[in-house]
Amino acid sequence: MLFRNLTRFAAFAVLALLAAIIASLVVGSMPAIHAFGFGFLTSSVWDPVKDEYGALVPIVGTLVTSGIALLIAIPVSFGIAIFLTELSPNWLRRPLGIAVELLAGIPSIIYGMWGLFVFAPLFGDYVEPWINNHIGKLPFIGPFFSGPPMGIGMLTAGIILAIMVIPFIASVMRDVFDVVPAMLKESAYGLGSTTWEVMWNVVLPYTRIGVVGGIMLGLGRALGETMAVTFVIGNANQLNKSLFMPGNSISSALANEFNEAVGTLYTSSLIELGLILFFITFIVLSLARLLLLKMAQREGHGA
Amino acid sequence: MSYLYTRRRLVNMVSLSISVFTMLFGLFWLGWILWTLLDNGLPGLSLHVFTQSTPPPGSDGGLINAIFGSLIMVAVGVLIGTPIGILAGTYLAEFGHRGWLAPVTRFINDILLSAPSIVIGIFVYAVYVAKVGHFSGWGGAFALAILVIPVVLRTTENMLRLVPNSLREAAAALGAPQWKVISFVTLRAARAGILTGILLAVARISGETAPLLFTALNNQFWSSDMNKPLSNLPVVIFQFAMSPYEDWQKLAWAGALIITLSVLTLNILARVLFRQKANTQ
Repeated sequence: MLFRNLTRFAAFAVLALLAAIIASLVVGSMPAIHAFGFGFLTSSVWDPVKDEYGALVPIVGTLVTSGIALLIAIPVSFGIAIFLTELSPNWLRRPLGIAVELLAGIPSIIYGMWGLFVFAPLFGDYVEPWINNHIGKLPFIGPFFSGPPMGIGMLTAGIILAIMVIPFIASVMRDVFDVVPAMLKESAYGLGSTTWEVMWNVVLPYTRIGVVGGIMLGLGRALGETMAVTFVIGNANQLNKSLFMPGNSISSALANEFNEAVGTLYTSSLIELGLILFFITFIVLSLARLLLLKMAQREGHGA
Repeated sequence: MSYLYTRRRLVNMVSLSISVFTMLFGLFWLGWILWTLLDNGLPGLSLHVFTQSTPPPGSDGGLINAIFGSLIMVAVGVLIGTPIGILAGTYLAEFGHRGWLAPVTRFINDILLSAPSIVIGIFVYAVYVAKVGHFSGWGGAFALAILVIPVVLRTTENMLRLVPNSLREAAAALGAPQWKVISFVTLRAARAGILTGILLAVARISGETAPLLFTALNNQFWSSDMNKPLSNLPVVIFQFAMSPYEDWQKLAWAGALIITLSVLTLNILARVLFRQKANTQ
């Protein structure tokens, strides 16, 4: 009985931890909430001198970089998952699976350093001018893809985030593809389907919920990622149409300014940024888990 | 008819080639990053790195204080986080068949597993560092402990669920009380799997930078005082890499190589261990 209560206490401690995190963030951001109200979310002013703060720029930066990351990562992860489940010869499957997981294991600060010192200069010298000349001239989307090719900026941050979340999304996709009953696939093959048709018309519809869950999981990672983004986003509190321009994300603003913040309102505004980030990721991750849970239940294993 | 046939074959060929290409695309980044690390890190690796403390710009030095600080904080973080994770995981797997606590905890734990680590840093700053009034090694260790719990909890629960029920029933039939069954039979049977979880947790927190920025901060000198700011590899890498001094950047690359190699080795070790366990079952 004692042992049982001890374990129950530990389980309860995990819940209490989450409650404590939320409570401390809310308490910490109270001064900023009182001072700025909902205007905090829509104001793009970030002026420590005048002690006026608004979260619009970091919020937009976080959403835009994560959006770019998903646009790149979803198709690539889908391709990798197809390769690992359908195409790869058996002897290659395990080493490749480990390689993908190693990509997930590299600390984010390493991605940041590599991004700043290796990727960004090459990207700015070769890729961005090309994008400027070709995509930048197109109507509608052109303005997003033209600007000074500096290498660092929102687009670079999005690409590096994409590389970081690919292994997460790909491994969830591979896992859910693996649970598709062989009979379903074999029936489709027996009717003369090609591999692609089996994947696109049989496997994907069957695993749709799980795939979306995996994507949300990747999105949750991308939203909260700090170090890699801090290195390459450029840390400028400005809104720009061009993705080449430096911007800011919630996490990079926190990493750069939190220790230097003086005064209650400055610190409190930063904590409120953290609260907003936690709130967004909480919703995204909850959705991801609910979808994956639903997938598992349909599988028949129960939750 | 033959047009349709050709078209379907063509679509299939193109999309499967794209699939192969995406796999290569993924491996390409892994290779590039590892190559960069070796290329930039190896020249900076010398005996000094492991014998001297972080230098002021322009003079010779190493990373021993940072390596030492990281080791302590990771060790303390794991020591605090592991018992809570194992106990809570045990509750979920062994006692949590009824009631609301287990499913809710499982759900919340899965969210904590991917919660942004920088928010954990702010949390520890608010409840500990700000109250004590100074950055400290303890703060860093607490932040890391919070990151350890969800990883260990998840693997403990999963591994306990793999233990066959007949084992529990056999022990209970011999008259062992439930705590004895769990701690001497089921937990022991799941030992290797749980160890894998702990190794993965160590691998995860070794490279974490964001939660240490506001808790342990950094210390330029050798220190083993957990009540003072404690030097650690990730934050040193961050500060040195962002600095304009070439010798600092060189040290940052050396540190980056050390940290990546250790994290990847731990990851591979965990997988090998788990595979052995899977084979013996």
